[in-house]
Amino acid sequence: MKQRIGVYICHCGGNISDYVDVEELGKMFHKEENVVVSKDVMFACADSNQKDMVADIQANNLDAIVVCSCSPKLHLHTFKNVAARAGLNPSNYVQVNIREQCSWPHSDRPREATVKAAGLIRAGINRVSFSESLENIELTVKKSALVIGAGVSGMKAAIDLARSGNEVFLIEKDFFVGGRIAQKQTLFPTNQNGKEVVAALYNEMKKFPNITIFTGATVEKVSGSLGNFTVDIKVKPRYINPNADKKAVKRAMDECPVSVHDDFNLGLVERKAIYKNYPEALPDVPLVVAEALKDAEDFTGKFASTLNLKEEEQTLSLIAGSVLVTTGYDHYQPKEGEYGYKTISNVVTLPELNRLMEMNPDKLVYNGKQIKSLAFIYCVGSRQTKGDNKYCSRQCCTSTIHTSLQLKEKYKDIQTYHLYRDIRTYGKQELMYAESSKQGDLYFKYEEKEMPVVSVDGKSTIVKVKDYLTAKKEMEIEADLVVLVTGMVAREDATTISELFKIPIGRDKFFNEIHPKLKPVETVIKGVYIGGTCQGPKNVSESVQSSLAGASKITALLKSGTVSVDPIIARINADACTWCGKCSDVCDYTAIKEILFGEKHVATVNKAVCTGCGICAPVCPENAIEVAQYTDNEIESMIDGFMMDFDIKEKGAGEVVEVEEEGKVGMKEYPLVWREILAGMTDEKNTIPEIVANSKLASELVTFHLMTMNRYGVVVPAGMDAKETYYYYKRK
Amino acid sequence: MSTPINQSPATKSPKILVFSTDKISDPGIDQAGLRKIHYAPSVYVISLPCSSGIKPKWIMHALENGFDGVFIAADGHECSYSSRCADHTNTIVETSQELMKAKNINPRRVRMAALCSVCAEPFMSHMENYGKILASLED
Ligand SMILES: Cc1cc2nc3c(=O)[nH]c(=O)nc-3n(C[C@H](O)[C@H](O)[C@H](O)COP(=O)(O)OP(=O)(O)OC[C@H]3O[C@@H](n4cnc5c(N)ncnc54)[C@H](O)[C@@H]3O)c2cc1C
Ligand code: SF4
Ligand code: SF4
Ligand code: SF4
Repeated sequence: MKQRIGVYICHCGGNISDYVDVEELGKMFHKEENVVVSKDVMFACADSNQKDMVADIQANNLDAIVVCSCSPKLHLHTFKNVAARAGLNPSNYVQVNIREQCSWPHSDRPREATVKAAGLIRAGINRVSFSESLENIELTVKKSALVIGAGVSGMKAAIDLARSGNEVFLIEKDFFVGGRIAQKQTLFPTNQNGKEVVAALYNEMKKFPNITIFTGATVEKVSGSLGNFTVDIKVKPRYINPNADKKAVKRAMDECPVSVHDDFNLGLVERKAIYKNYPEALPDVPLVVAEALKDAEDFTGKFASTLNLKEEEQTLSLIAGSVLVTTGYDHYQPKEGEYGYKTISNVVTLPELNRLMEMNPDKLVYNGKQIKSLAFIYCVGSRQTKGDNKYCSRQCCTSTIHTSLQLKEKYKDIQTYHLYRDIRTYGKQELMYAESSKQGDLYFKYEEKEMPVVSVDGKSTIVKVKDYLTAKKEMEIEADLVVLVTGMVAREDATTISELFKIPIGRDKFFNEIHPKLKPVETVIKGVYIGGTCQGPKNVSESVQSSLAGASKITALLKSGTVSVDPIIARINADACTWCGKCSDVCDYTAIKEILFGEKHVATVNKAVCTGCGICAPVCPENAIEVAQYTDNEIESMIDGFMMDFDIKEKGAGEVVEVEEEGKVGMKEYPLVWREILAGMTDEKNTIPEIVANSKLASELVTFHLMTMNRYGVVVPAGMDAKETYYYYKRK
Repeated sequence: MSTPINQSPATKSPKILVFSTDKISDPGIDQAGLRKIHYAPSVYVISLPCSSGIKPKWIMHALENGFDGVFIAADGHECSYSSRCADHTNTIVETSQELMKAKNINPRRVRMAALCSVCAEPFMSHMENYGKILASLED
């Protein structure tokens, strides 16, 4: 139990003290026996206060501290660092949220807010009394990274990782690298050729001796953890004799008598049973579909020294310190009959149209007929309020409009009709939308409740749409080709990768990061990162940004050869455990194993793997499991703390003013200081010294509050003054 | 404790203990505060990594020591730890309700709902509705 606790209760310059009587609370907790220091402070997070805290901790030999201020999401690490600087173990620190969860939501009832704050602080003191000094767990790591999926995301990341000196294993399931962008002849916004981008990245990778690329390879088994993952991969054979003469290989491809389904061209055509996805595909060795050549004995006999149909698949074991998953996405596949797909002959998807455009350089022809008009139906398989795919696929509006521009440029005399729900050409992509309108593309807006209907009338295909731009008038559009703008979905085998690495999958079936803003490429599995479209819809630029972020995280992680991980993990009381295995059954991360403890079989937690989720704790019939910092003592003593009532005197409630410009911050009223600062902003824009002079508020107070007001969009910076010493601020 | 214990107005509305989650529902509750969406000051929150880590024992501790109800603000399908989180949390609720029955505590005194990281209004209405339900219970 901690005996020498320091308690700091923050005014937050009025954000808290306008409603909660912090001075009274500061005095009150001073009387507690195990509390040595109890103070109210203007800004707990201010540098000056942090220095005071360090001095207090050292002078009073404090063994724990409690800061009662804003949400721990903002300043937990600030104060943990204060503790560390003062030589106190940071886990002897508790932050109590008396702003977001007390003064603000109860600003209508200041007295009760003060009573609640007292309970919250008491709970914090109780909790910190049970705190233990925890040490980070140190692990040694291998300086190698495994990247899964050689699309644009994976290749860019592999190059970056290699350049930073890591050994890189790049695993690609297909026999050729590049992923989806190889299927797109012209990529927005740069109009680069997808295949050329792929070739450039591949050639760049080849310059790095520390990158090993495995194609036709899949992950079979994963063991180990952060720093030392052992990953077994299976590499499928290409059935081409590695010593075969290149010309003979080329002849075999040309003469191959058997055709198979062509995945790369989305089944629009067939390909030979010895193929490359496209002539320039890399690595530059074709693949033999051995199964399809079973009966072509004359052919295989003729090329016996070129082909090696007895080649066997290999299993290899790789060791990696960290893993980046970049397995990409699939195209949404419309159901049979969805807008006439597969039931009406001239209905195709956008990816199929992209392939058709590449295969038809001069005239766009489909089913033997020249195409002069196309109707695009947007949002197919995305934004389904009733279906599974609730999300927007982000890039398809732009992709369609870009395709429309390409159609006009390539085939000239062509008319396009766009049946959309909303156009989401965010950022610079909006320029393409303007250009498309300018070239005469026609736009019709439909709503999900009244979807367009595709039907056949004699020889023509008709799309009927209720156009919300013209008072829901029903339009009939005759089109030579109907194009379904299909969105992105998670890869079917994403579940396999998820199970192997224990990466959680979201409701949208894409991989889940820990937090979309704060930890956007991290997963809950230590050492496992995600990048690109396996995480959700993205265009190439966004995909590469996220995979490079993952690569940088990995480089930073592996740099020093050791990593230190959070000690907030589960632990098992071996005396109480009877090895029933229940905890091990619920742990999604297989962090719990059975070991021998003396004569007894008990459960034990792998420190490198445990995420500290605590899911194992409630299932233990012996109550043998606790997560550090969430022990029974800590939680139950907090509950006791909440239950205390205090003798709190009424404090003047302070005037409450409705914020006139509602909607900017979404607050019902601004705190008093904010109002004073705004009143002090007498000119169109003001510097801090001007506001200080006008408002008579302390400079420190104005500085801190302006920062918060800026964060919440109440004020915005408006350049620097002439001497470039101070920023101007203006009301937003 | 040295401070006098006094009857405070806060004790008039039912006391609710909320278990939230660090990454999803607790930020949602913070949002309610930030936007000054008012709910009863007799609502107290403990944030945990995951709602599937709540021990029924803690729920009992709260109910036996003066809390009128326990509300679990779970992550539902958004949980970054486990895709089975909703099921695990549900089991915790059911186990607690068994323990509660044995002690003649009304099983409605524990409740769970999914809350997201921007669910400010939903949190307020959950607290309002649950407060009303708890006020009407006579066990
Ligand atoms: C119709 C359409 C048009 C588009 N046009 C554009 C455009 O013009 N401009 C633009 O910026 N964006 C465009 N995009 C988006 C673009 O396609 C993606 O942003 C990009 O392909 C994402 O790359 P990636 O590496 O994340 O995924 P992918 O390209 O899907 O690559 C993933 C790779 O991982 C491999 N893989 C999958 N699973 C495994 C596994 N289990 N083991 C090993 N390997 C595996 C795959 O075989 C693949 O090679 C378009 C998208 C669509 C749907
Ligand atoms: S990007 Fe456009 S077409 Fe794609 S789902 Fe979103 S709104 Fe629909
Ligand atoms: S659930 Fe409890 S008793 Fe059973 S193995 Fe795990 S720790 Fe031991
Ligand atoms: S806290 Fe328990 S369930 Fe969660 S990862 Fe650790 S051992 Fe597994």
